[in-house]
Amino acid sequence: MMKEGQFRNPSGCAVVGVIDRSGSKMTGEGMIEAITVMHDRSNGLGGGFAGYGIYPHYSEFYAFHLFYDSKQAQTETEAFICRHFEIVYSSEIQTRKVPTVTDEPLIFRYFLAPLPQKLSRSHLDEREYVARCVNRINAQIDGAYVFSSGKNMGIFKGVGYPEDIGRFYRLEEYEGYAWTCHGRYPTNTPGWWGGSHPFGLLDFSVVHNGEISSYDANRRYIEMFGYKCTLHTDTEVITYIIDFLVRRKGLTLEEASHVIAASFWSTIEGKPEPAKTQETLLRRMFPSLLVTGPFSIILGYTGGLMALGDRLKLRSTVCAEKGDLAYISSEESAIRRIQPDLDRVYSPAGGEPVIYELYQKGGDV
Amino acid sequence: MERVNAEGMNYVQLNALVRSCNQSEIRIVNCIGQRYIGTGLSDKKITIDGTPGNALGAYLNGAEIHVNGNVQEATGDTMNDGTIVIAGSAGDATGYAMRGGKIFVEGDVGYRCGIHIKAYRENKPAIVIGGRTGSFLGEYQAGGTILVLGLHTDGKPIVGNFCGTGMHGGEIFLRCSEIPPRLPAQVRAEKLSALPKEAASLVREWCALFGKDERMLLSSSYVRLTPNSDNPYKQMYIAN
Repeated sequence: MMKEGQFRNPSGCAVVGVIDRSGSKMTGEGMIEAITVMHDRSNGLGGGFAGYGIYPHYSEFYAFHLFYDSKQAQTETEAFICRHFEIVYSSEIQTRKVPTVTDEPLIFRYFLAPLPQKLSRSHLDEREYVARCVNRINAQIDGAYVFSSGKNMGIFKGVGYPEDIGRFYRLEEYEGYAWTCHGRYPTNTPGWWGGSHPFGLLDFSVVHNGEISSYDANRRYIEMFGYKCTLHTDTEVITYIIDFLVRRKGLTLEEASHVIAASFWSTIEGKPEPAKTQETLLRRMFPSLLVTGPFSIILGYTGGLMALGDRLKLRSTVCAEKGDLAYISSEESAIRRIQPDLDRVYSPAGGEPVIYELYQKGGDV
Repeated sequence: MERVNAEGMNYVQLNALVRSCNQSEIRIVNCIGQRYIGTGLSDKKITIDGTPGNALGAYLNGAEIHVNGNVQEATGDTMNDGTIVIAGSAGDATGYAMRGGKIFVEGDVGYRCGIHIKAYRENKPAIVIGGRTGSFLGEYQAGGTILVLGLHTDGKPIVGNFCGTGMHGGEIFLRCSEIPPRLPAQVRAEKLSALPKEAASLVREWCALFGKDERMLLSSSYVRLTPNSDNPYKQMYIAN
């Protein structure tokens, strides 16, 4: 079968996310139910979920989720992992047979701690060390793909409708304080397990509805900093841009949003200070990371979710709140399905980030 | 009146039921995301409780739709005739390319409301919005009327950016005392001391639908946007 990057076929897509800002946990079932309402936005070629806070017993370790095409790829990858990490625990990820989910690869999970000596000899910060290992497995080992690599979070994805993928991964057995979900309608690449959303690097995960037109400009720039865009999909490049701006450059999420979805110069011109100077600076610093074309994304990270849409708002996003719970979705109906009675519902403007964080992390009460 | 419980119902099934129903009035309850409700209908009255999906009343041709709640994207897309009443807010591209009929929204609308709307003889589309609008209101408007009452309370501007870009027909009325900043060059803005008759009757209709006091709204100051007919495209290709 041809994979992402080897083939182009001529989107819908649905995204939804929820966070309980008090830190209380919920299973993945709510997301499955919500995404079912938006069934017609996907075409069965991809679905996925990201859950945060789901591995409390292994919260100190990097949780790697891997797809293997063959036992040989697994052997080769495990040898690589053993050279760089201590494997604290590993097992096949438990799945359920679902008739509509077929041709699944081997799916394994590892809880890892970087080997201290190897790490100190690399002169890298720990997260950079892990990110480089992920990149090396994905780019160099044929038939192996790390699709989740954060601490106390996990991505679950595959080819199928998202509700079926959720049942396949038994998400009713996982409990997290935040979840995101994606139903895919691939536009430029064939559906492949690794190409489904969410895309993740360390604890960042991105679900995306849209099709960006700046892909090559963004890719050329980001590849200068060691990222390898192996999948030729726009969501992968958005994930790397966020990782680059936030983890490596130390920008806040709001600042990163003003790079990715920068306002038009004419709009910036009309803004009051200090926003005008700050947004001008950010646009000038990272012009190649401006993402154009339609997109609406939900970024998941430790302790929070962020919604961001393109500055022209070419894709819909709705946010809603009910007590400690906050929701982000492509369509309001998906939120209403799991929470009919809402305190507040609103649509953020194009390019306006909406950030919901755990209260303990400083989220607004 | 026929009552349809849309709980768990696929949009194809729901819309087939609505179309084949022999009653003139239908009430859809527990509506949750079903698309294309009332598409192309010319003669029924549909009341919806819940959150209908995208393209509600697309190509509507004379029927009446009332929604108790918010609606999503592309409500009244290319509608020809009839009325859509939203007791809530509406998403992006509300009334996209309308050619006739009326849409009344109690709350706000999203981006691109009323873009490409056009009028021809007796067909004059109208959109009345109680709150505020997103960017690109009336982009490429060629005819018809858009009226924004600005009754929102979140402190945001009555319209977003790029209001009326490429406008070449029709009118936009905004209930505000100052002309919004940074309007595009194709738009002429003027302050009005009173609303013209047709626009005032739209305000009355909106107030009657949502039980609001019309005196305050009719005595407010308005800004009218119309196309700037001083050859706005004169420098587009050559200096002429």
